[in-house]
Amino acid sequence: MTSPTAPMPILCVRDLTIALPDGADRRHAVQDVSFDVGAREVLCIVGESGSGKSITAHAVMGLLPRNLVTRSGAIALAGRSLISRSEEEMRAVRGREIGMIFQEPMTSLNPVRRIGEQITEVFKAHGALTPPERAEKAVALLAEVGLPEPAQMMRAFPHQLSGGQRQRVMIAMALALEPRLLIADEPTTALDVTTQGQILKLIERLRRDRDMGVLFITHDFGVVDDIADRVAVMRHGQIVEMGSAAEVLRAPTHAYTKALLAAVPSLTPPPVAATLPDVPALTVENLQKTYVTSVGFFRPPRVVAAVADVSFTLRRGETLGIVGESGSGKSTVGKCLVRLLEANGGAIRLGDVDLMQLRGSRLRPLRRRIQMVFQDPYASLNPRKTIGRIIADGPMAHGVPASAAHDKARELIQLVGLGPDALNRYPHEFSGGQRQRIGIARALALEPDVVVADEAVSALDVSVQAQILLLLRDLKQRLAMSLIFITHDLRVAAQICDRIAVMQKGRIVELGDTAKVFADPQHAYTRELLAAVPGRRQPSPRALEGA
Amino acid sequence: MTAFLRRFAENRGALIGIAILLVIVAVAVLAPLIYPTSPWRMVNRPFIAPFALERAPLGTDALGRDILAGLVHGSRVSLLIGLVSTLAALLVGVPVGAAAGYFGGWVDNALMRLTEFFQTIPSFALAIVVVSLLQPSVASIVLAIAIVSWPPVARMVRGEVLSLRSREYVQAAIVTGQPAAKVILTEVLPNVASPIIVLASLMTATAILLESSLSFLGLGDPNVMSWGYMVGAGRTRVLEQWWISFIPGAAIFVTVLALNLVGEGLNDALNPTLKKGRL
Repeated sequence: MTSPTAPMPILCVRDLTIALPDGADRRHAVQDVSFDVGAREVLCIVGESGSGKSITAHAVMGLLPRNLVTRSGAIALAGRSLISRSEEEMRAVRGREIGMIFQEPMTSLNPVRRIGEQITEVFKAHGALTPPERAEKAVALLAEVGLPEPAQMMRAFPHQLSGGQRQRVMIAMALALEPRLLIADEPTTALDVTTQGQILKLIERLRRDRDMGVLFITHDFGVVDDIADRVAVMRHGQIVEMGSAAEVLRAPTHAYTKALLAAVPSLTPPPVAATLPDVPALTVENLQKTYVTSVGFFRPPRVVAAVADVSFTLRRGETLGIVGESGSGKSTVGKCLVRLLEANGGAIRLGDVDLMQLRGSRLRPLRRRIQMVFQDPYASLNPRKTIGRIIADGPMAHGVPASAAHDKARELIQLVGLGPDALNRYPHEFSGGQRQRIGIARALALEPDVVVADEAVSALDVSVQAQILLLLRDLKQRLAMSLIFITHDLRVAAQICDRIAVMQKGRIVELGDTAKVFADPQHAYTRELLAAVPGRRQPSPRALEGA
Repeated sequence: MTAFLRRFAENRGALIGIAILLVIVAVAVLAPLIYPTSPWRMVNRPFIAPFALERAPLGTDALGRDILAGLVHGSRVSLLIGLVSTLAALLVGVPVGAAAGYFGGWVDNALMRLTEFFQTIPSFALAIVVVSLLQPSVASIVLAIAIVSWPPVARMVRGEVLSLRSREYVQAAIVTGQPAAKVILTEVLPNVASPIIVLASLMTATAILLESSLSFLGLGDPNVMSWGYMVGAGRTRVLEQWWISFIPGAAIFVTVLALNLVGEGLNDALNPTLKKGRL
C-alpha cells in the first residue's frame, strides 16, 4: 500500500517479523507487518493490549528487549535501512532522525535536573551547536510546544509542572534535532481528557509546521479519529486492516475492526427504560476530606481539600456516575463512602444509620452493606488465595458458615459468567477481564445495598470493557443493585449511568439525568469536558447504525 | 515451590552454603556421640600443635583440653543461640512492624519511636549490659541478642506492610469487613514472608557473631563450651600458639559465611525479578 500524501515515504516497514521467546502464547510478537509513513502524515497503529503495536514502534527505534529477535523484514528511514545497524549507529539515528515520546511523562524526565538542562542535553549528546545556541534553541522549542514563559520554564524542575506540561517538554526534547519522524507511543493515555485534547492539537500543528511524519500508537479509537490520516489495525501481531482514517473508521471491512469499533461506547446515552421508585439507598451530606501535610517545623501545614463539600442521594436501583478529571476528588469520595478513608466531616446515611458515626468493631458488621469494585484487576486479588476463598472470605467474616459461603461463591461465579472450576484456581490464571468479574463477584457476595465501582473498567481493553459494562447493566437489572460508578471516561459514563455528577476541585458542579447532562450541559466545566472527549467530531459508526 | 527450588539450586554459592550448614548441623546433633566426654576435661598436656597427636588431631589448648572436642560441642551452642535468638527477635519485631505499618497514625509513631530508642543505643554495649545484669547463661545471652536485633526486623516489616496496605486486595479485605488481625495474618504477612526469611538467615549469622563476641569477653555461659569462649581463652598466647584461637575463629567464619550464602541464595530465589534486573 503506497501513501497518497508523499511520493517517497519517510518510514518504510516491509514484512517485519519479530519472534517471541519459546513458551510464549504465540510464536511471533509481530508477523509480516508492512506500512509506510509519509511526510506530514499521521499513521495510527491501533490495537488492544498484546497486539504487538508497541513492539512494532520499538523495533523501528531499535529498542527491542533483548529476548526478542527480528526474524525477517526491512525497516528503512528515508530510503536507508535501519536493520542490522550497530547500537552506536542507532543512537545517532534516535533523536536526530527519529524523535520519540512515551506514555509516562512523569517518569520520562529526570526529577532532579532542570527542564533547561534536560533539553540542552539532547543537543550535547549529539554534539550539536554551541552552549549559548543550545540554550537559545531550547527556549524557542519550549515556546513552540506552547509552554507559558519559556525562559522561566527552563529553570523549573519536573515536579513543578503538570502532567500535560511535562508531556510538552518531552515533545520539545523529541523535536530538538528536527527529526523527520516522530514516534508517539500512547502519549496521551496517562493524561486527562482536556489535556489530551491540547496535546493532540499540538502534535497536529507540529507535523504540518515541520513536514514531519508521525507514527502514533494508541488503543483509543477516539484519539485515532481526532488525529489519524491513515490507520492500521493490529491484532495478534498482524495488521488486519489498513486504510485512510475515513475508510477504516466509517466503513471498516474486517470483522475485528467492526467489533472493536462497536465496542467503543457511544457518547449518546441509551434510552431510559423505566423511572425508578424514589427510595433513597444512600444519602451523602456535606462530605469533606482534607489532607494536611506538614512541611516542617515552624511553618503552617499545607492543607488540600480533596473533597470540599459533596452531597447527593443515590436511589435504590439507580446508577449514579461521578465523573471528573484526576485530582477532582472523585476517587476520594468513593474511598470515603466505603470508609477506606476517614472523611473530616459530613454524613453518609445508609437507610437510617450514619456510617460516619461508627468505627472499629461497630462499623465492621455494617461494611457488608456497601461494597467496592476496584480499578486494577491485577492488584485487587490476593495472588496467594484461590478464587473460591477470595469470594467466600467476606461472607465468612460476617458469620456465614463455610459451606454456605462456598455455595454462594459457586453461584456468584456463574452469575458473573465464569465456570465453577474457576473457584479452585489462583488469580494469575485469569485475564484482566476475568479478574474484574471475580472482583464484582466478591463485592456481590455480601449482598450489599450499594456498590461503589472506582474506575472499574478503566484498565481494560475496549472489547473487554464492553463485556464488563454489559455484565454490570445486566446485574443491575437482575439484582436491583444501587451503583456508584466513578470514572474519568464520559463515554463509559454515558452508557451505564442513570444520573451523572460532574466533579471539579472537590465539588459537584453539575448533577442531573445522564441524557440531560450530555444533551444540555449547564456548567461551563461540563461543556469543556464534553468538548474534549476524543473522537466526537463525527458520530461514531455505532450511533449511525443505531439511528 | 519447585520453581523456587530450581532457582535456588542454580545458585552455586547457596548450594555450598547449604552443604556447609548441613555438615555443621550434623556435627551439632551428633556431638554427644562423637565426643561423649565433657569438652572441658583435660585430656593431654597443653599446647600440642594440630596434627601432632592422633588422639587430639587439632591440638590442645592452655589447659590441655582437646580443641576438636571443644569445636564439636561449641557448634551446638552457636547454632542454638543463633536460631533461638533470631526466632525471639522475629517474635518481637514482626508484630511490632506489622502493627505500626498497618494501623499507622499514633500507633505507628509510638512503636517507631520505641524502635528508634533501641536502635540508637550501641547494640553490643546494650547486650553486654543485659548479660552482665542477668548473670551469663544461655537464656540471658539469647535475650540480650534478641533485644538488640529486633529493631531492624520491625523497620523492614513496617516498610513492607506500609506498601502492601495500600494494595487493592488488602483494601478489598477491609471493605468486606474482615477483622484487622485476620487481614494482617492472611492478606498482608504471607506477602512479607520472603524478605523476612532472607533477613532471618542473615540475622542468625549476626547472632552467632554476637554470642562469640560476648563469650570472648568472658560473658558466655560458663557451663557450655562455645567458639567465642575458645577464641577468648587462646588470646593471651595468640602469637605462640595461634591455633588455639584460630581454629574456633575459622569455624565461626565458615558458619557465618555459609549462612550469608544461603541468605543471598534465598533472596535471589524468592525475588526472581530482582535477579534478572541485576544481570
